[in-house]
Amino acid sequence: MTDPVIVTSGLGRSFGETVAVEHLELAVQAGEVFGFLGHNGAGKTTSIRMLNGILTPTTGSARVLGLDPMADGPRLRTRTGVLTETPSLDERLTGRDNLTIYADLYGVPRNEVKARVDELLTGFDLFDRADDKVGGYSKGMKQRLALARTLLHRPEMLFLDEPTAGLDPVAARQVHDMILQSTREQGHTVFLCTHNLVEAQRLCDRVGVMEHGKLVALGSPRELGRQLVTNLTVELEVDPAAVPAALHALEGSGLVTSAGQQTGTISVRGASHAEIPDLVIALVGAGIRIYGVTPQEPTLEDVYFALHGEQPATRNHAEVIQ
Amino acid sequence: MNWRAIQTLMRKDLKVVLQNKGVVLPILLLPLILFIVIPALVLFLPAATSSAGTTDLAELLALVSPGLRDQLVGLTPDQAGVVFFLVYMMAPLFLIVPLMVSNVIAADSFVGERERKTLEALLYTPTTDGELLTGKIMAALIPAIVVSWAGYILYSVVADLAAAQIMGRALFPNPLWNVIAIWVAPAAAGLGLTSMMLVSVRAKTFQDAYQTGSLVLPIVLPDRPDRWRSLLQHLAGAGADLGCGSSTPCSSTAARPSTAVN
Repeated sequence: MTDPVIVTSGLGRSFGETVAVEHLELAVQAGEVFGFLGHNGAGKTTSIRMLNGILTPTTGSARVLGLDPMADGPRLRTRTGVLTETPSLDERLTGRDNLTIYADLYGVPRNEVKARVDELLTGFDLFDRADDKVGGYSKGMKQRLALARTLLHRPEMLFLDEPTAGLDPVAARQVHDMILQSTREQGHTVFLCTHNLVEAQRLCDRVGVMEHGKLVALGSPRELGRQLVTNLTVELEVDPAAVPAALHALEGSGLVTSAGQQTGTISVRGASHAEIPDLVIALVGAGIRIYGVTPQEPTLEDVYFALHGEQPATRNHAEVIQ
Repeated sequence: MNWRAIQTLMRKDLKVVLQNKGVVLPILLLPLILFIVIPALVLFLPAATSSAGTTDLAELLALVSPGLRDQLVGLTPDQAGVVFFLVYMMAPLFLIVPLMVSNVIAADSFVGERERKTLEALLYTPTTDGELLTGKIMAALIPAIVVSWAGYILYSVVADLAAAQIMGRALFPNPLWNVIAIWVAPAAAGLGLTSMMLVSVRAKTFQDAYQTGSLVLPIVLPDRPDRWRSLLQHLAGAGADLGCGSSTPCSSTAARPSTAVN
């Protein structure tokens, strides 16, 4: 494994009495899409500011791409691209002006500015409207332009703060595709702040969950699901004729079961990941042949609610598979 | 210092600011009124003095300091009125222009940036705080100085044309005004900028900032034009006779700084 590109140690920031981020311990690997989850005010944006050296931590330290953000902020920011929570575009200027100005600020070589701006405008499907004022753009276009701006200087690492907030599903899908493209084709490391759990599930290799400024969970969505979600639904496929016997065999597990008599599918709700082998052993012990075992992998949404003491079986009580 | 970044920031701010009618209108209108309309009023001075008589003008001139009054010795009442009005009375009003231009641009640049939520993206660039501040300061100062100097040239032309019939010679360029334009106007622009930077800490919108920042105008403007004269004489060097350059028709009596100070 390579050295992590983001390492924080006890990183914290307070505003007066309010603790925005508390003792953050984090390591993000090069090339991964790291999701930073949490509700509004959980400390995600404050963390991005500290990691880019525009906000001084009150405790702890951080290293990003081998640099200390506070000591080497300007140098670090030539290597990172940040998509802010709001697009932060000058709406009185054209799309082309916005990109050209930021290309100059990021120090893109003068003789490359025009070509790079045109390339990004084309890549983000904005070329035809490049000379219109940004104030007349749709929300999706503004977000695409802001994303194009983060790529102007070809950064090694992207910090994306709520990149699809307020976008319609089509525009959100476009942004997702662009993020995946930038990591797969260009090898960017992505630090993705979001409270959209579906988005995080789709894009992230690992996630950290922030709660009131504290990191309360860290791992891949699958790892977190297995650790935190104890009420899985497991589908067992048996011979339809053996369903009554299978239900009888599973009675001892104490779990809620339901069965589709025609299909031979038995759904067992409330099992933990560790209990799945026991279910199989119970059926095999009763002489029932098993054709399939499919645990429903918990989603990040399940993980998120599990952190708040709500398990899927209780949350989705009405959703019993028939 | 990264001068490319500073130039870019300045260019960006000016481009953005010039899209705001609330900024462009005062920048254009005030100089037009001060540098064209008001000096052109001198054309009507003879008619005004003949209808009102010379008593009013004499009473007015009696109120000014002896130092300034000495500058008007030997002139006809109309000429004295023109010199008093165009050279001395308008001098402090001229300074409204750099003050106001820097003030209004800084309001849009500092507070407007925050209001439009465009500041954060700038902070995430490699630009340092110092470069960001320098770019914004230059974006407010340079146009204020350029507008003032262009205004001075315009004012000189209009004032000389308007006063030609009464004076029979050019009043401008004028040493007093040269000092004001070269030294005092940039300082006034700096004052307008500084006041707006202080206001911007608390102001939430461009309008708030502009209105609060404008309060600096009555504070800095002098109540009497001869106070400026004495101040400028000290600035320009002891004993300098600012009102009487080679092209001015004032009397040859030397100014008396000590008596001009009130």
